[in-house]
Amino acid sequence: MSTWTEDQPIVSIKNVRKAFGTLEVLKGVSMDIMKGEVVCIIGPSGSGKSTLIRCVNALNDIQGGSITVEGQEVHTENLDKLALRKKVGMVFQQYNLFPHKTALENIMMAPVKVLREDKADVKERARELLKKVRLYDKEDSYPGELSGGQQQRVAIARSLAMRPDVMLFDEVTAALDPETVKEVLVTIKDLAADGMTCILVTHEMGFARELADHIYFTDRGVIVEHGPPDTFFDNAKDPRTKEFLDQIL
Amino acid sequence: MANRAIPGVAAHATTDLPVMLPFNPKAGAHDELLVSRWLASVPPRYVFFLLLLWPVAAFAQGVDYTTADAFVALWRWIPFLTFQGFVFNILISVCAMTIGTLAGAVLGLAHVSRLRIIRQVAWFVTQLFRNSPWLVLLFIVLLAFPFQIEVFGTTIPIPGWVKAVIGLSLPIMANISEIVRGAVQSVPSAQWEAAESLAFTRTQTLWQIILPQCFKRMIPPWMNWYAILTMATPLCSLLGVGENINFTRQAMEAEGNRPELLVPFFGYSLVLFFAYCYPIARATMALEKRFALKL
Repeated sequence: MSTWTEDQPIVSIKNVRKAFGTLEVLKGVSMDIMKGEVVCIIGPSGSGKSTLIRCVNALNDIQGGSITVEGQEVHTENLDKLALRKKVGMVFQQYNLFPHKTALENIMMAPVKVLREDKADVKERARELLKKVRLYDKEDSYPGELSGGQQQRVAIARSLAMRPDVMLFDEVTAALDPETVKEVLVTIKDLAADGMTCILVTHEMGFARELADHIYFTDRGVIVEHGPPDTFFDNAKDPRTKEFLDQIL
Repeated sequence: MANRAIPGVAAHATTDLPVMLPFNPKAGAHDELLVSRWLASVPPRYVFFLLLLWPVAAFAQGVDYTTADAFVALWRWIPFLTFQGFVFNILISVCAMTIGTLAGAVLGLAHVSRLRIIRQVAWFVTQLFRNSPWLVLLFIVLLAFPFQIEVFGTTIPIPGWVKAVIGLSLPIMANISEIVRGAVQSVPSAQWEAAESLAFTRTQTLWQIILPQCFKRMIPPWMNWYAILTMATPLCSLLGVGENINFTRQAMEAEGNRPELLVPFFGYSLVLFFAYCYPIARATMALEKRFALKL
């Protein structure tokens, strides 16, 4: 099924249902994301935002519907996990860097150990990525020696080292000090400017408005409303969206 | 619940609300390193004083056959007790620790297997050997194993000390497996997820990301168990293995089994075991402290 072309959605989510035991978290969610698009998913806590993007790279399974990445079905028995995770990178709220490795080693580890690429090539690429996230002088620092914002930028570089086509960001600024939020957002902005497809779960409304091509608002497991940022923020139609925006803006 | 006085409040005020009463733990928190902590807490100068006390205690006992005679007798036996007896204790402990560590590492990893049946078997084996008395395990191994086996017509004898090593390695295996399981599970599950999202397989994650992070944490409890094992090796004397305590008894018999011999001879065993285990306990606590400070 490698018939995917760039005019088709790079990530296609169709009627996805997900339950933890008897608790239904996603009750039929659909969205299509085109290559190069930046999509922000916003909504109150517990509305299933994080669960949804974790389903995209198969960290969570689903109970119904389908998700395809570049035309490949994600939730099948014979999923090629390696191929999927090469295509889809993910950055977490708590960075989750490997504490026993330096920043550079964190970035190099997956390409060298998993993809078995040449170490010297990977090292060169890792240094470039560090430069890209503006941490060129921190390559020998351990995660414990870096600030939250710096750790998160290393985490972004680590994910990029696998040369993904889609990046998932799961509330990546939620655990950061206010003054370091900006440096991480700038990094994501650079990425989007380079044409990376980004799916962000975020509470940064200003950032979402500025950067996103499309905004999805989820509540209680369904997509309540979606649209381009200007329409979404200024002319929200659904009362639940309005209520949420009133509280947060 | 009966009314009790509230500390820090007027004497006649009483309550039956638990929240108002001081917290009174029924038992101290479980301390994995109890043995090492206790042993290492002995200040070195006390060790010196205790060594002085040893002949004094022996003198107090002497009547006719003098204490000096007893120590002269001990002096003659010291090379035998040390180099044929105690060295054998160390040999047994090193062999049992090696086998127990290797088997325990495998068993510990079985605890985090994805297959439920493997986890359950691992749990059962661990609990069985962790909670059985060591002496019982030693006797079972002694009686259950043949004293010789035949392989392709050649008879290979299994000496008692080999059985002792196997018997002692069983509880060590179970306790090491608990150390490994605890260490692996102490790494946050987010590390597994991060690795998974970078396309690491489960095995790769375990060996390259999880175990390197918790390896250091396993060293102090591992050394603690080595000290416990070494102190348990005299159990082998009950199986007739020629180790320090067994030889000490034989030596005393040869010297006429005088009661004056007891303190010098068993005192010497005590000194040997202490001299060996005390530095290990001190090192264990030092490492524990050093690793605790770092991440």
